[in-house]
Amino acid sequence: MKKKTYAIPNVPTPNRPVLLNANLCSGCNKCVQVCPMDVFIPNPKKGGPPFILYPEECWYDGACVMHCPKKGAIQLNHPLMQRVRWKRKETDEHLRV
Amino acid sequence: MSWEEMVESGKVPAWPYPIRYGREKKISIDVLVLGGGIAGCWAAIAAARKGLKVALVEKGATLRSGSGGAGCDHWIYTANPCSTITPEEMVDAELASTGGYSNAISRYIASKEGYDTLLELEQMGGKIRDTENEFKGAEFRDEKTKFCFAYDYQNKLHFRVWGTTFKPALYKECKRLGVAIYDRTMATSLLTEGGEQGTPVAGATALNVRTGEFLLFKAKAAVMCLSRPQRVWQFSSELNGFSTLRPQTNTGNGHAMAWRAGASFTQMEKSVVSTMGSGYTFAPYSTGNPFNTWFACTMIDANGKEVPWVDRDGRILKSVSERYRPAPGQKFMGERGATYQYGRPQLIPDLVERIKKGEFTLPLYADLPGMPEMERRVIFGMMVAEEGKTKIPIVEAYTQAGFDPRIDLLQSYIMLGGEMIGPKAEMVRTGLPQQRTFGEVGDAGGLVIDWDLKTTLDGLYAAGDQLFAGNYHHHAAATGRYAGRKAAEYAMKTAETVINRKQVEVEKARVYAPVDRKEGIDWKELNAGTCRVMQNYCGDPKNGELLKIGLLWLNDIEHNEASKGYATNPHKLMRLLEVKDILTCSRMIINACLARKASSSFLDFHRLDYPELDPPEWNKWVTVKLENREVKIGQLALDYWGPLKKNYEAHNKNYVGFMNR
Repeated sequence: MKKKTYAIPNVPTPNRPVLLNANLCSGCNKCVQVCPMDVFIPNPKKGGPPFILYPEECWYDGACVMHCPKKGAIQLNHPLMQRVRWKRKETDEHLRV
Repeated sequence: MSWEEMVESGKVPAWPYPIRYGREKKISIDVLVLGGGIAGCWAAIAAARKGLKVALVEKGATLRSGSGGAGCDHWIYTANPCSTITPEEMVDAELASTGGYSNAISRYIASKEGYDTLLELEQMGGKIRDTENEFKGAEFRDEKTKFCFAYDYQNKLHFRVWGTTFKPALYKECKRLGVAIYDRTMATSLLTEGGEQGTPVAGATALNVRTGEFLLFKAKAAVMCLSRPQRVWQFSSELNGFSTLRPQTNTGNGHAMAWRAGASFTQMEKSVVSTMGSGYTFAPYSTGNPFNTWFACTMIDANGKEVPWVDRDGRILKSVSERYRPAPGQKFMGERGATYQYGRPQLIPDLVERIKKGEFTLPLYADLPGMPEMERRVIFGMMVAEEGKTKIPIVEAYTQAGFDPRIDLLQSYIMLGGEMIGPKAEMVRTGLPQQRTFGEVGDAGGLVIDWDLKTTLDGLYAAGDQLFAGNYHHHAAATGRYAGRKAAEYAMKTAETVINRKQVEVEKARVYAPVDRKEGIDWKELNAGTCRVMQNYCGDPKNGELLKIGLLWLNDIEHNEASKGYATNPHKLMRLLEVKDILTCSRMIINACLARKASSSFLDFHRLDYPELDPPEWNKWVTVKLENREVKIGQLALDYWGPLKKNYEAHNKNYVGFMNR
């Protein structure tokens, strides 16, 4: 099977500090305007979800989520190395973010 | 669109903002506030209330920027009608915990005017009391006022507050008062009379970090609220994001700017060991622990065995309630429990040894399910929720993943490498001697100020973490409010300032130099490179030879790699300029280290060539500044502020607050 392949450099790490739901996002860009680190740029296509241009600069303060008018359109996504664990007291089951 | 899709489609988007490199915008105002965080917003509000034209310059977005933008859980050391503790006593507690190395001026102001500030915040829309009655009947709630208190329920000097409401309220008030807010605008230099070093401040230059436009602010007075440098010893963009208390954009721009303008600094030689900012710790308060925001959560081991809490005398406390009361014979408890006089209860101090001996089994957990209901709900859901970076990253994210504080034990990473605070005493930090921080946590060096919060440059005032030995949200708020009104009073009796064109041209050339280059060093590598020099030559212990070599290599990096930095868009230009300011701050720090020829336990400062700890003749502030482009060392008596009450009153004859109504 042939697959068109490109010379792509490594993605920044972490790469997905927030998850955008294109179906719920209206492209209002409130997240772009409130981000203290300015990691986003607006989508060139009006109404589309913003791009995260500098994902590794995210501070995980959640301002983007706090000010998004549509619940669920944007979600914070912890990098794998920053996920805390917990245990259910009664069952000893180990869980995590 | 993912990175791969962008590259594969060949459609890398054009920079979405108009490019305006070199274009100038001139703004003339009465009071210029640099920094739109907590201190900056309060300063702008205070100056605007006096009817003056105010401009606020903020590198991010004022609505949520700064260390206090995302929230705040406690408003501490504040004299208030529910408490009998005086501002003098509160400042004493701070001085005791730092061996005298605390900013008594700013902390006195914060303690004295903090309650007035809090009430004004409420009028602006900030939530400061339990208006929804979520904690009716709780031990920590005053039924009459609905104020909720933290740490010391008996003396009620530390409030629990709903800080996620604060920054939006301040932003709204700034706009209501007509403050001209310049977001996405990074201050780059102070402009001074005649363009000289040490002369009165005439304004500032700034860069729009989206368009690259150059802004010239002409002002009669300026208030500097740019926090303090971070990323001086440790930097990793791959790991850092989550694990700092303050945003990584706190890069000491204010320190570097004021230094270049000739202002005096002190306590620059202080740094502490901390893995915060190293990338090896989890986000603050995101793990199960008994500190600050989580005080005083029960901790249990892997088998459910409870770790005892003891008071300052080593007495084991039998109930949760006792953890929030002073010990027998103790008047009140501080927020930081480092001294016997003001120390809070803590987990058994020999916990680590007892774990190693097998008495407790790792890992430890925070036993929220086992806490009394009010305490559990106030810790997880109020404190963890209202504190910065906790509502979305912790409460919402964990809840969405299924975490329930009524039935789940959040894990602690004590002894496992993930905690930023060690188990022995609350503020003992873990890490290698080279893993240091200047600005991430606790007190640090900053601008020398007088009773008007005026720096050593006429026309320049300062507030918040920009001040030497300052700290905390309430302190930033109260000092911002104070410095704003002082700057306004000065501006009202000052003539127009004049911008020196040559000074502007020199700064423009400096700012834009990286734009024309197509290759060179990237900002991240430059930052990691300067950190390496600081780790190796300004770690612990120090000596004069190492410090001098460190300075040599920092100067070398400045003349070589840093002068060849390149930036392909205004955002990257901002990042590069930030790192250049970190480099400047690193040089300031080494110069201050060279000047202190004695070791100090209070400043976490150890010199092998001057090993004596805190000899009496060195119990003083060491100051550093640039004069005629040369580093000049000076000193101030440790208690140079004089009698607190008397001097405060002499400088604030017309101030009316709850204490003198």
